Amino acid sequence: MEWTSEALVLGSRPHGEGSVILEVMTGERGRHLGLVKGGRSRRVAPILQPGNTVQLTWRARLDAHLGMFTAELVTGRAARLMETAAGVYGVQVLTALLRYLPERDPHPALFEAATIAADHLADPIDAGRLLVRFELAVLDDLGFGLDLTACAATGAITDLVYVSPKSARAVSAAAGAPYRDKLLPLPRFLAPGGEAEVPTPADLLAAFRLTGYFLDRHVATPRGEPLTPARAQFLEHLKAAGG
Amino acid sequence: MSRRVTGPEIERLVQLLARLPGLGPRSARRAALQLVKRKDQLLIPLAEALGRVGETVRVCSSCGNIDTTDPCFVCTDPRRDASTIVVVEDVSDLWALERSGAVDARYHVLGGVLSPLNGIGPDDLDIAGLVERAHDPAVKEVILAVNATVDGQTTAHYVTDRLQGLDVKVSRLAHGVPVGGELDYLDEGTLAAAIRARTPF
Repeated sequence: MEWTSEALVLGSRPHGEGSVILEVMTGERGRHLGLVKGGRSRRVAPILQPGNTVQLTWRARLDAHLGMFTAELVTGRAARLMETAAGVYGVQVLTALLRYLPERDPHPALFEAATIAADHLADPIDAGRLLVRFELAVLDDLGFGLDLTACAATGAITDLVYVSPKSARAVSAAAGAPYRDKLLPLPRFLAPGGEAEVPTPADLLAAFRLTGYFLDRHVATPRGEPLTPARAQFLEHLKAAGG
Repeated sequence: MSRRVTGPEIERLVQLLARLPGLGPRSARRAALQLVKRKDQLLIPLAEALGRVGETVRVCSSCGNIDTTDPCFVCTDPRRDASTIVVVEDVSDLWALERSGAVDARYHVLGGVLSPLNGIGPDDLDIAGLVERAHDPAVKEVILAVNATVDGQTTAHYVTDRLQGLDVKVSRLAHGVPVGGELDYLDEGTLAAAIRARTPF
């Protein structure tokens, strides 16, 4: 069995003395693992850094096997990402989110979005804007998507400012006023019609609180693990960027 | 099935040698044969040296280095600059820097790097020990000598965040063209980092 595809490197772990088990995200084959012989060598190790895009060839005798990867660099982002705190924390958040996806389950839209996000992680504001939308997309693909199109109580499509933590649906200002202490704030740039708005760091932090709540409840806690600590570090730098 | 050619004691020696890095079963067998052939010159002195190290080896409670004394020789050496701490991932990195003779400072061994894939978080590394040492007014600089990998640099940024607010200068190793490296074979990111970190000539 053999296939070739472009892939985003998520990480690798040592295998034996010189090899690694590489974890990547591909468009057609989803999150995939494979063995890279000599993956810890001076020539290959820099290619297999998280955030890089590689051209992969996977070979195995049977589809169920782990298989062997050979990789060639297409886009090297790792060195640039390492320059800034937002870059390294951002790529850790991105890869941690992709690891929530089941193995070998195709998510082409998430692959595209992850590649675009990886290109813009160095700036905390740009990265925040892309990562928070990416978190919403991951929740959606995992079956826990938020419905932000209309008010859960009245059906109104304007003035949506809250999200219900129970139903994960938007709530309008009027309908949510009596329960505002229990509802999660919905930043304007995530509400219908707000796509063109440029979010402030405060908007982004509110958006991350929203996605973090649902990621924690539906994805991390059922797996018995916390959200990646890199997410909290990323948010600290986002806060600092906001002054 | 192959027949056994040696007794269980030598087989055990071969099995243990084969666990060492760089040695497979064949090379372990060759090494074991050399040892038993040169029993007086190699085998017995080696066994004695291993036994002695086994009895005395310990991890330095101050810096995390491995030595036969606690604190280690590096920490107790009065000629070293106590105002600088070089942070490394592993003892092998400390030894590599010592081989280079480039720094004459104290060290701090983290014991690894942050790696979500391998389940290594901040609590698994000795970052708290480093922060405690950096509180000492005598410490003026912390050099982050971690690997130029995404995990290594995530750890470097995390350590920098933890040291924020302390009166210490935090620096890190330069990234760029390695000695003997050809520009043609370097990735674009490393080249860009090398250009950004260029020095007057």
